[in-house]
Amino acid sequence: MRLHALDLKLLRDLWRLKAQALAIALVLACGVAIFMTGLGMVRALDATLEDYYNRQHFADVFASARRAPISLLRDVEAIDGVQSAQARVVGSVVLDLPGRAAPASGRVISLPTAGPTLNIPLLVSGRFPLESSRDEVLVTARFAEANGYHPGDRFAAIADGKRLTLTVTGTVRSPEFIYTLPPGGLMPDDAGYAIIWMPETAAAGVFDMSGAFNDLSVRLRRDANREAMIDEIDKLLEPWGGIGAHERDQQMSHAFMQAELDQLRNMSAVLPPILFGITVFLVNMVLGRIVALERSEIGLLKALGYRDSEIAIHYLMLALLIAAFGVCLGWAAGAWLSSGMSRLYAKFFDFPWLVHPHSIDVYAIAGMIGLVAAGIGALRAAWAAAVLAPAVAMSPPVPPSFRHGFLDAVSDRLHIPQTMMMVLRGLRRWPFRTAFTSLGLSLGVAILVASNFMLDSLDAVIDTAFFKSNRQHATLVLAHERPLSAVADARHLPGVLMVEPQFDLPVTMSVGPREKKLAISARPAGGDLARTLDIDEKPVALPENGVLLSAKLAQHLGVGPGDQVHVTLSGSRQGQTFLPVAAVTQQYIGIGAYMRLDTLAAQLNEEPRVTSLNLWIDTDKLPELQAALKSMPALATSVMLTDVRESFQDTISENVRINTVLFLTISALITIGVAYNGARIQLSERARELASLRILGFTRAEVSTILLGETAILALIAQPLGWLIGGWIAWAMVTGFDSDLYRIPLVLTRQNFANASLVTLAAVTAAALLVRRRLDKADLIAVLKTRE
Amino acid sequence: MTHVLKKSIVSIMSENVVSKDIPAFRTRAITKVYGGHGTAKVHALDGVDLDLPEGELVVLLGPSGSGKSTLLNILGGLDHATSGQAWFRDQDLTTMTDRQLTRYRRDNVGFVFQFYNLVASLTAAENVALVTDIAPNPMPAEEALALVGLQDRQHHFPAQMSGGEQQRVAIARAIAKRPGVLLCDEPTGALDSKTGTAVLAALEDVNTQFGTTTLVITHNAGIRKMAHRVIRFQDGRVVEIEENKTRIRAHEVTW
Ligand SMILES: Nc1ncnc2c1ncn2[C@@H]1O[C@H](COP(=O)(O)OP(=O)(O)O)[C@@H](O)[C@H]1O
Ligand SMILES: [Mg+2]
Repeated sequence: MRLHALDLKLLRDLWRLKAQALAIALVLACGVAIFMTGLGMVRALDATLEDYYNRQHFADVFASARRAPISLLRDVEAIDGVQSAQARVVGSVVLDLPGRAAPASGRVISLPTAGPTLNIPLLVSGRFPLESSRDEVLVTARFAEANGYHPGDRFAAIADGKRLTLTVTGTVRSPEFIYTLPPGGLMPDDAGYAIIWMPETAAAGVFDMSGAFNDLSVRLRRDANREAMIDEIDKLLEPWGGIGAHERDQQMSHAFMQAELDQLRNMSAVLPPILFGITVFLVNMVLGRIVALERSEIGLLKALGYRDSEIAIHYLMLALLIAAFGVCLGWAAGAWLSSGMSRLYAKFFDFPWLVHPHSIDVYAIAGMIGLVAAGIGALRAAWAAAVLAPAVAMSPPVPPSFRHGFLDAVSDRLHIPQTMMMVLRGLRRWPFRTAFTSLGLSLGVAILVASNFMLDSLDAVIDTAFFKSNRQHATLVLAHERPLSAVADARHLPGVLMVEPQFDLPVTMSVGPREKKLAISARPAGGDLARTLDIDEKPVALPENGVLLSAKLAQHLGVGPGDQVHVTLSGSRQGQTFLPVAAVTQQYIGIGAYMRLDTLAAQLNEEPRVTSLNLWIDTDKLPELQAALKSMPALATSVMLTDVRESFQDTISENVRINTVLFLTISALITIGVAYNGARIQLSERARELASLRILGFTRAEVSTILLGETAILALIAQPLGWLIGGWIAWAMVTGFDSDLYRIPLVLTRQNFANASLVTLAAVTAAALLVRRRLDKADLIAVLKTRE
Repeated sequence: MTHVLKKSIVSIMSENVVSKDIPAFRTRAITKVYGGHGTAKVHALDGVDLDLPEGELVVLLGPSGSGKSTLLNILGGLDHATSGQAWFRDQDLTTMTDRQLTRYRRDNVGFVFQFYNLVASLTAAENVALVTDIAPNPMPAEEALALVGLQDRQHHFPAQMSGGEQQRVAIARAIAKRPGVLLCDEPTGALDSKTGTAVLAALEDVNTQFGTTTLVITHNAGIRKMAHRVIRFQDGRVVEIEENKTRIRAHEVTW
């Protein structure tokens, strides 16, 4: 079949417009790719989580106690609304792994004798341990893989001072540990941190918990009143040292997954609308110009008997073909981006099956949105073409009206050269285009500001967390509370130069109806390793009376300095008291409350005690210290803060690399798309004017100054606007990230603004040079001879 | 043009049989007023009564601004009259909607304008195909081009052709649909005498071979001797209608 002549015109027009069309298609492709990736990943992750949780019976409520009798489980199950409950024994162990010098630790979880009914581990290899066995365990597949363990391999663990030799019978994954942070860690550590499942009898033996449990998981009926359930469970556990039940949202793995999902949702809520919006604008601008140029051809087609609708569709099709190309590019880029994202997720998150983000409907939705965006952009031009009366279309358009006004008054005063006046008048003549072009260019700047700010903010987080407040090299977490003499014992460890104690006391803090479960960290007065910082991040001394609250906690409780908080002890101690808030502290990772060790001891009416030790060490003697820690009986786990910081920094810098490439691309595409199309349209509109100037004796350079001056002015206006919008997006991100897990500060540096401007101005220059080359090659005199 | 081609034209056009009793165009008291609403009113047409018989070649003469194009646009269904009535054969154009006018143009009218009005991105054959794609009973584009002597230029783009050639492509495009009427608004206005003659010859051929009623607006009084009928315009009115007893051939026209 032969193509219709009108369709041939369409294809030839498209070919003639290829550079502009490509610039538009790339912006659209970006939007499609990011939308697809965001939507696809969110849906795939949601579905995967739901599926995984259901299959492995992931619990709804989690609680722990110091030691509760196993008979209590009946009472929990009897609560109306509880579907099932599972009691477990959990405890920390230090691992002695053959061939690994660095400290490693683990969390032991008991496997109920009747078989797990909730949070069921999913077997990857091997088998479950025999019920009666004393040394058979399951470990996470990640841990096994990182250390090269297979079923049948053995490793040593020190629990409560007892050295155990454990045999791996199988490797598993668990919905409780999709994302796992070691104690005190900021990033997963597959090799150095193990989750170990052990038969109930064996675990009870190791942690001295026969007939008792310290960890409770509950699955609720769908209709259960969650808050009431949690209160009931708390009431039951309270006499047994319960430290508060919580829902999934405070379960670490789940909370991190949700944070990731939120971030994905934010990404797809902010970036694609910007990119689709710019597409609408560009299509509108370019097609509007084409329809203006083809005015007489439109009149002709109508005279020949083409219907208004056929002509409107002709121009719509031009936009849709550009969009179709963009959508195809976007699909390819989106597929690539999603699979990269899946790989990245597979690295951080432990899913039992691959997350498949590419479902047909995601492609379809993204494609539809892309086409609709282009369609919306084309509407105005297509409409104008449709309603153009044929008799009018055949006569030349009325020249745009320029009015004398404010500009002329100013130019008379300032003696602005005529060429400059032409530029300024051009800007004023099309105020919407001027505004939208600046806005488009400023979004290119804003995206860079908003993506680069993260790096500066995370730098600030690291600086605050590690160099200003937690300056210790290592933290030893003790298996049990110890008297202050533990400090002296630790000082005898090889390489230890300084030791400061810390006592973590689990409490519930409340002010009126607001409450928070957390641990008060008590430290010695005048401590120099783990310090508290005031709101301006200056070290602040612990108060003689009262408590320091991290800003996020104070905000949650609605208190400030001078207010009182109600403190209810949980865990093994009972009692309650009021404490004055002495000051509010700055802290980005987690939340916290801080007191002086002696003040807290006096409040509790007991001698000061210790739950962890912060160490300053001679790093040359690190191997000796690590060897000694492997056999230190009272140790639950040790945290090397330098390692934590380095792994955090490594992860950040890897993510920054990815982000930099991604956002630089997006920003450059937006900037070039907007600047190039804008300049091309000006070239087309001003061709006759510029040709006349050439005849009057203006040089090529002077003529291009007029043409590109407009682009330059718009690009300059866009800079401060872009900083502002970028700052605003950054602020919105900071607000969005604000959770109990972590916060980020709003850090906007001059360097960031300067980089964003440099990159976008370079992109504008590139676009301008492309148009200038076209101008130089164009035969301007010939332009004058043709009729518009 | 070759005689072989002319023969084929006759056979192609023989189905274009219409009653000679009804005029091709009839107008009664047609007016067209531009402006109003603040701007001064322009009476472009001020009561035009005309009867144009089927098959004639009619020349419209008159000074610039006298309303010739306005009349042509109304007869061609490109524009609405302000008042009065106009018929094409038995169809009242003045009561038609835009949609019906489009249909009318598509089925019956061939236009030729002063500035060749070719689509720049289409070749000669493709420009003709623009019409044959949508007309109910078109001739092949190659044939229409052959009729105006441009069979060798089929694949040339407008920019690769002379003004006269472009105008002949426009004529080929106008006749390719076998139109009931051919409306030409200053078809030679932008051409020199030699190319102008070729264009006129093409129009003449179409008129004599197909019997297509042809209206030609022109400034060139020399052309009027070609016509069956000459209508003189002034200030939106017909001031004189003259029938030529004897007509000259296109190549005899002086410029
Ligand atoms: N679209 C229009 N708006 C206003 N006035 C018009 C328009 N088209 C034509 N005119 C006016 O109507 C009058 C007749 O124009 P036209 O028919 O083009 O004259 P001609 O073709 O004889 O030169 C002229 O005065 C012209 O200025
Ligand atoms: Mg005219």
